Amino acid sequence: MTENSNTDKSRRQFLGSAAVAAGMAVAPGVILHQTASAKPADEAISSKVRWGMLIDTAKCANGCDACVSACDEEHNLGGGRSETDAQWIRKVELRDKQTGHSLTMPLLCQHCEFPPCVDVCPTGASFRREDGIVLVDKHICIGCRYCMMACPYKARSFIHEDLHDQKPYSPRGKGTVESCTFCVHRVDRDETPACVEACDAEGHNAMIFGDMNNPDSEISRQLASYSSSQIRGDLGLNTGVRYRGI
Amino acid sequence: MIFPTLRRGMLACIAGILAFLCLSPALLAGELLPVVPPAKARFSEEQACVEPLDDIRKNHMEYLLHQRDDTVHDGIRTKQHSLTECIDCHVGPDQNNEYPRISSNDHFCSSCHTYAAVSIDCFQCHSDRPAENLQFETLSRGMMPDLNNATK
Repeated sequence: MTENSNTDKSRRQFLGSAAVAAGMAVAPGVILHQTASAKPADEAISSKVRWGMLIDTAKCANGCDACVSACDEEHNLGGGRSETDAQWIRKVELRDKQTGHSLTMPLLCQHCEFPPCVDVCPTGASFRREDGIVLVDKHICIGCRYCMMACPYKARSFIHEDLHDQKPYSPRGKGTVESCTFCVHRVDRDETPACVEACDAEGHNAMIFGDMNNPDSEISRQLASYSSSQIRGDLGLNTGVRYRGI
Repeated sequence: MIFPTLRRGMLACIAGILAFLCLSPALLAGELLPVVPPAKARFSEEQACVEPLDDIRKNHMEYLLHQRDDTVHDGIRTKQHSLTECIDCHVGPDQNNEYPRISSNDHFCSSCHTYAAVSIDCFQCHSDRPAENLQFETLSRGMMPDLNNATK
């Protein structure tokens, strides 16, 4: 017993000193969970990276909407009025009328390389980041909604009413258009989007997020090994979201 | 030649004006000048805020504007001129452990903006309360026992 408690004590002391050492190794203001691969906060993003997502419809469970609720929670999307609430990601059911075979899949902003929403924006508010994430700069969005009409995926929402209690990392407001940001606040910290995390937590693992320019990333290896497709690939938009099994 | 009574009257008058001038700033300070809530911490040993006080008071909007474009378009997320960090440091809980909203003069930003009669629309979209408040709300919603049901 005594021996055990002694062991415990020395173990605790060791862990304590290890924690102090780890704490001292980083400069003040730097968060410990940042890994070596994360982009430093003061470094601009670059086109060396292209963020993308691969969705395996065979793994996407019918009736599961974990990705949708995770998105609502992360960005505080639900306002309790479904007609006008923003939808950044939605579950879509596809059914073959002839055979009756059906499948479900999440549909979100496809983060195109040549985004029609950016082409039509009169103010430059709709833009594509260097790393491929398509965003709305709400500071200069005038709410004209041309982008909503231009998007072939119906991925954007307009905010009709005053919002309250927005998340600090996800500012949103009345009179602007918005859509999926690939959880850019997480991506800049080298984390994965909330929907992907939720899908993994449910054990479905239907969504893979990663750098499509890096041949060693999981998404690149999957894309190279198995066939996948873009929705409305005929439009030649080179989407950042790819699907398997449709 | 001024009559002594008139001179005495004028002196009293001047003394009165002087007394008023001396007292009035104190009165003003008590009633009209903004009461700005204190920040939670100093930026560094030498410096109270992220820039020298006279600079940040005059030019904070320029720093925020610059940072906003860097963050939205280039993904630069340094903390020194980030609005979120301003809010984290300057907006704290009151005696009842509640965070003042932007609509209240107890909020750091509105305390001064009301005084200066400059309206801001940052907080139509941005959160006027720090992330710590949010974490607490999430925690209390998800993990703490439901007190309303517990009493039944």
